[in-house]
Amino acid sequence: MNIALSCKDIVVEFDGFRAVDGVDLELARGEVHFLIGPNGAGKTTLVDAVTGLAKYTGSVVKDGEELRGRKVHHIARKGIGRTFQTATVFEALTVAQNLDIAAGAGRSPWTLLRRRRHLPPHVRATMERIGLGDRADTPAGALAHGQKQWLEIGMLLVGDADVLLLDEPIAGMGHDERETTGRLLHDIAADRAVAVVEHDMDFMRAFASRVTVLHAGAVLASGSVDEVSGDPRVQEVYLGTAKEPADAATA
Amino acid sequence: MNRFLQTRAGTWTGFAAAALVLFGLAPLLLSGFRLGLLAQFLCYAVVAVGIGLAWGRGGMLTLGQGVFFGMGAYLMAMHLKTADAEFRGGPGAVPDFMELAGIRELPAYWAPFSSPAFTIAAILVLPTAFAVLLGLAVFKRRVKGAYFAILSQALAGAFAILLIGQQSLGGFNGLSRFRYFFGFTLADPVNQRMLYFIAAGVLLSVVAVALQLRRSRYGELLVAVRDAEERVRFLGYDAANVKVVAYAVAALFASVAGAVFVPIVGIISPASIGIVPSIMFILGVAIGGRASLVGPVVGALAVAWAQTALSEQFPSAWTYAQGLLFVLVIALLPGGIASIASVARRFPTKRTQVEAAA
Repeated sequence: MNIALSCKDIVVEFDGFRAVDGVDLELARGEVHFLIGPNGAGKTTLVDAVTGLAKYTGSVVKDGEELRGRKVHHIARKGIGRTFQTATVFEALTVAQNLDIAAGAGRSPWTLLRRRRHLPPHVRATMERIGLGDRADTPAGALAHGQKQWLEIGMLLVGDADVLLLDEPIAGMGHDERETTGRLLHDIAADRAVAVVEHDMDFMRAFASRVTVLHAGAVLASGSVDEVSGDPRVQEVYLGTAKEPADAATA
Repeated sequence: MNRFLQTRAGTWTGFAAAALVLFGLAPLLLSGFRLGLLAQFLCYAVVAVGIGLAWGRGGMLTLGQGVFFGMGAYLMAMHLKTADAEFRGGPGAVPDFMELAGIRELPAYWAPFSSPAFTIAAILVLPTAFAVLLGLAVFKRRVKGAYFAILSQALAGAFAILLIGQQSLGGFNGLSRFRYFFGFTLADPVNQRMLYFIAAGVLLSVVAVALQLRRSRYGELLVAVRDAEERVRFLGYDAANVKVVAYAVAALFASVAGAVFVPIVGIISPASIGIVPSIMFILGVAIGGRASLVGPVVGALAVAWAQTALSEQFPSAWTYAQGLLFVLVIALLPGGIASIASVARRFPTKRTQVEAAA
């Protein structure tokens, strides 16, 4: 396995409450790794910790480098990108501008102070890849909900993130959009590590290469979809009964 | 029309038209007194362009631009006073107001301001550097929104109080009665007209700089920081630095405006740089349209003109008119005067839709 990111014994504490309580997690390139668990299991908090938003103890290592204590933008520059539960794009700017900004974290002041003459080729390619090739000059605020989520993923791609932490990327999407998103995730996971925080069990079954179940801030189980689904502890705390998990989870 | 102005040819046309009005029409049509007033208003407009950048594009409600305006103004005034004193009494002579206050020797921090080059450098560098330091301290700690607005306003108040206490800076009365501006007699109408041209030139340059910043990648990034600062940070940018640049540029503009303001108006005192003048700057920008390029200019000129015209007729009415104007714009026209065109365009279509539905 080609490990892109490894987290060891992550503990996030808010006023004595341990939202994340000793989590070990490894994300491998080539995998779409789902993080599931009931509300309050600590999934988003874990993502917050890795990306520098929440303070934690433990260790997060990427490419041999410890990331704990680094600033948010330093961690992002190391190639760790994240999305938010509600798609956060720059609504007043066009799709092309959104992507161009995302691609430019390393630009010199001189480049920044000049006008953009044309889009960098890899930005244009990404725009095609996320299905927004014909929307370059559309303000991001005018995009459909699902398109905003794709745009946000695209922004991580042009920024050369090779660890993507996606927080509920299909929330509010219709059936076709989910399929498209799932295929997109596998496509981009070819040379990257993709972690997906998700509630939707059908989506997880269809697209997960690996699943980690969190419960009360700790890892309950980890493995392939079948291994995890067959784990009696998982069925007990999260899936309820083995047969009707999807409805309960998506509700 | 709007689309045309976005093109290169449109930009040049816009600047040419503005230059024609400022350098051709206005001096032809206006009396010396009115031209002097316009010159003063142009200084306010320069401040407004900076606020448009920091507030309209960057989302930083700078309620304390009087600080930077005042810095530029006082730095220039110090030079004018020392130059006047030297002209009368030779090197090291004490300015007239200090003699009255019983100060016999030129304070050490005044001495370098006898040099015009030093003064100009100070006007360009000191307020900007102060803004950079302040901006780093504030934005790195992620102070924003109302907290930043209150902080900047408090700063303007504190700055005015600090100046009132400084006898060597004229205290409450400030600095006034300047005779020469870099060797030119200020009483001469020709030189007054030259000052007007300087103010007009400064305004055009400042608008050009703001335009370049808006159209550059930095300008896009600034809007991104305004709308979703956290997202920008998670893309690998230090959002604080992005804000500091806009804040510092706004400070530089305000400082230059203050420096030009002093020889035009002939006085600078704490009363023209404290909280109330700072809010006046914001008022013009809000009324004109903070997010547009020319909106702040138009708004600043309109508010200053309305203030003068109204207080000539009804001295006490202006305050009320000002408040009313502000309420009307915020309630009915949040985008300011600059958005009238787009609002008007939307209006008839709405009506036809309603008719069609009926």
